[in-house]
Amino acid sequence: MNELVAAVPWLGKRNPTAARWLIIIIAIAAPFIAWQFGRSWVRILDFALLYMMLALGLNLVVGFAGLLDLGYIAFYAVGAYTFAFLASPHFDIHLPFWVILPLGAAFAALAGVMLGFPVLRLRGDYLAIVTLGFGEIVRIFMLNLNHPVNITNGPQGINMIDPISLFGWDLSRNIRIGEDFTINSLFLYYYFFLAAVVASIVFIQRLQISRIGRAWAAMRDDELAAKAIGINTRDMKLLAFALGATFGGVAGCLFGAFQGFVSPESFSLMESIAVLTMVVFGGMGNIAGAVVGAFVLALLPEVLRDVAVPLQQTLFGHVLLDPEVLRMLLLSLAMILMMLLRPAGMIPARARYCHDKHLSATLKREGAK
Amino acid sequence: METLIQQFINGLVIGSVYALIALGYTMVYGILGLINFAHGDVLMVGALVALQTMMFLMGIAPGMSPLVMLAIALAVAMVICMLLGFTMERLAYRRLRNAPRLAPLITAIGVSFLLQTLAMIIWGRNYHTFPQLIPTTPLQPIPGVFVTPVQITIVVVSALLMSGLLLLVNRTRIGRAMRATAENHRVASLMGVDTNAVIALTFVIGAALAAVAGVMFASNYGIAHYGMGFMPGLKAFTAAVLGGIGNLGGAMLGGVVLGLVESFGAGYIEHLTFGFLNSSYQDIFAFIILGLVLIFRPTGLLGERVSDRA
Repeated sequence: MNELVAAVPWLGKRNPTAARWLIIIIAIAAPFIAWQFGRSWVRILDFALLYMMLALGLNLVVGFAGLLDLGYIAFYAVGAYTFAFLASPHFDIHLPFWVILPLGAAFAALAGVMLGFPVLRLRGDYLAIVTLGFGEIVRIFMLNLNHPVNITNGPQGINMIDPISLFGWDLSRNIRIGEDFTINSLFLYYYFFLAAVVASIVFIQRLQISRIGRAWAAMRDDELAAKAIGINTRDMKLLAFALGATFGGVAGCLFGAFQGFVSPESFSLMESIAVLTMVVFGGMGNIAGAVVGAFVLALLPEVLRDVAVPLQQTLFGHVLLDPEVLRMLLLSLAMILMMLLRPAGMIPARARYCHDKHLSATLKREGAK
Repeated sequence: METLIQQFINGLVIGSVYALIALGYTMVYGILGLINFAHGDVLMVGALVALQTMMFLMGIAPGMSPLVMLAIALAVAMVICMLLGFTMERLAYRRLRNAPRLAPLITAIGVSFLLQTLAMIIWGRNYHTFPQLIPTTPLQPIPGVFVTPVQITIVVVSALLMSGLLLLVNRTRIGRAMRATAENHRVASLMGVDTNAVIALTFVIGAALAAVAGVMFASNYGIAHYGMGFMPGLKAFTAAVLGGIGNLGGAMLGGVVLGLVESFGAGYIEHLTFGFLNSSYQDIFAFIILGLVLIFRPTGLLGERVSDRA
C-alpha cells in the first residue's frame, strides 16, 4: 500500500494520507464510473482485477525470486480447469466454491512444485525456455485430452460452469432492492475480486519483508552469496514457484467461475507474455508496479479498441489495425521500450531491495534524494 | 521396414532445417550469451518475403523458369532478413549488452512478438499457399518409400550451407575474429578485432541462414503465415542446446537428432502408449528433450563449455 501511495503522482510525496484515501475511493468508485460508459467496461474492470492477481503472483516468481517464468499461464489454466471439472455438467460434479478454491490453489501449487523440481539447477534464460515449454505442454494436453477418454473436451473447452456462490448468495444474479434499484452481478464480482486482490496484496507485502522475502531477494541478487550465508536456495526456489502458482491457481478458479467457460485458447503463450509485460511495465520486484502494470495494460487495449477503431474509420475509411493486433503491438512495444529506456519499470522497486550494480543511473539519482 | 525408412527420411529433412536455424541461435549465444528469441520469427519473415517476391515475379514475368524465380526470391528474402538482423542488433540488443541478465531476454521476446504483429499487419492472419517451384512429385527409390525433390534439395542445400559456414568460421580471418570474440570480447577488441562489427556480422549471417531455412520450411509444408516461425524457432533452440550451445557442429548434430526423434516419436507414439496419445502430441518431444538435456547434461552432446551465465 505504501509503495502504491508513493506512486501517486504529485500527491503521493506531499500528502500520503490523502493519496491513500484517493486510491481507496478510486478502487471503490471505479465500477460506478465505468458503468457510465457501458456494461462492458465493468466487465473489463473485473478482468483487470484478475490480471492484477496474476501479475502479483508472477511478480513473486520473477520480481522477488528472480526466476523468469514464461509458462505462468499454465497455473491459471490448472485453476480454471479444476473449477471447470468440479463445478460443471461436464462430469456432473457440483462442489461448492469454498471447497474448490483451496483444491484449485493446491493443484496449481503442486504443478508449480512439479515444474520447480526439474528446473532447480537452471538459471536465467534456460529456465525461461523450459518454463515456456512447460506452458506449451500443458496447453497441448488441454487441447488433445478429449481422446480416447474425454477429459478436457479438447478445443471446445468446458462451458456452463457454475457461478461463484458465497454462503448461498449467487454472485451471477443481480440483486434487486426495492422497485427500481438493482445491483448488477458485475458489481458483485468486482467487489469480490477486489477483496481477493487486497487480501493478496496484504499477504504478499507481509511475505516480502519476512524471512522468506528477504531470502528471495538475496538469492535473486547473488545466488552464491545467498548460499554462503545459509539460505537453502533449493527450498526457496520451490517455495517461490509454489506460491506464485497458488496465486495463478486462485485467479484461474475465479476466472473459470466468472467467465462460465474455459477453453485452451485463453491460456496461450501470448497470455503468459501479457502478464509478464504487466510485471515488467510496472516494475519488477514491486507490488505497486504489478498492480499498476496490470491495471494499465489490461485497460489500455480496451480503450484503444474504443478510440482507435472509430478513428481509423474516419481517417482511412476502413479499419487498418484490428483491436487484437493493436493489443499485441502495444504489449510488444511496451516490453521492448521499457527494457531499453526504463528497465526498472514505471514504479521502480525501492533501492534497498535491489542490487546496486543493476540499477540504472536515473534510479540512483532518485534514490539519493 | 518401409515406414522406418520413410520416418528416417522425413526426420532427416526436417532435422536439417532445424540444424540451419539452430546455427543462428548457437552463433549468437556463443558470442553474446543471449538467446535471440526472435530468431524463429526472422525465419517467418524470410518465408513471407520470398512468397511476396514470387507473387510479384509471377505477375510481371509469368514465363520465368521456376528455379530462377526461386533463386531471386531467396536472394531477396536473405537480403531483407540480413537487414532485419542487423537492425535488431543495432537498435535493441547492442544497448543491452551490459544490462542485467533478464533484460536482453525480455527484449528478445518483445522483438519476437513485434515481428509477428508486424507480419500480421502486412500479410494478414491467413495461411498463404506457398508456391511449389521445385517439383513435388514423389520419387520412389525403394518401393514404398517416397522422397520428393523438394526434400532432396533441402538436405543438399543445408549440407552445403553448413559446410560453407564451418569453412568461414574455421578457415578465414573473419571466422578467427568471431571465435576470438566468442572467447572473450574485451580481449579480442584489445587485439584489434572490431567486436561490434563481428557481433553485427554474426546476427546478419544467422538471419541469412534463417531466411533460407524459412523458404525451405515453407516449401516443404506448402504454407506460410505470421506465426509459422515460433515452433521451429523453439525446436531449433532445443536442437542447439541438445548439441551443446555455442558449438556449431553440435547445432547441426542436435538439429538432425531432434528431427529424427520427432519423426520416429510421432510415428510410433500411438503404438507405444496403446493409443492413448497420438501424433498431435508431436510438439512435446522437443520440450521433453530440452528438459532432459538441461537437467542431465547441460553441456549438450558436444559442448565443452558449462554455461554458467544466468
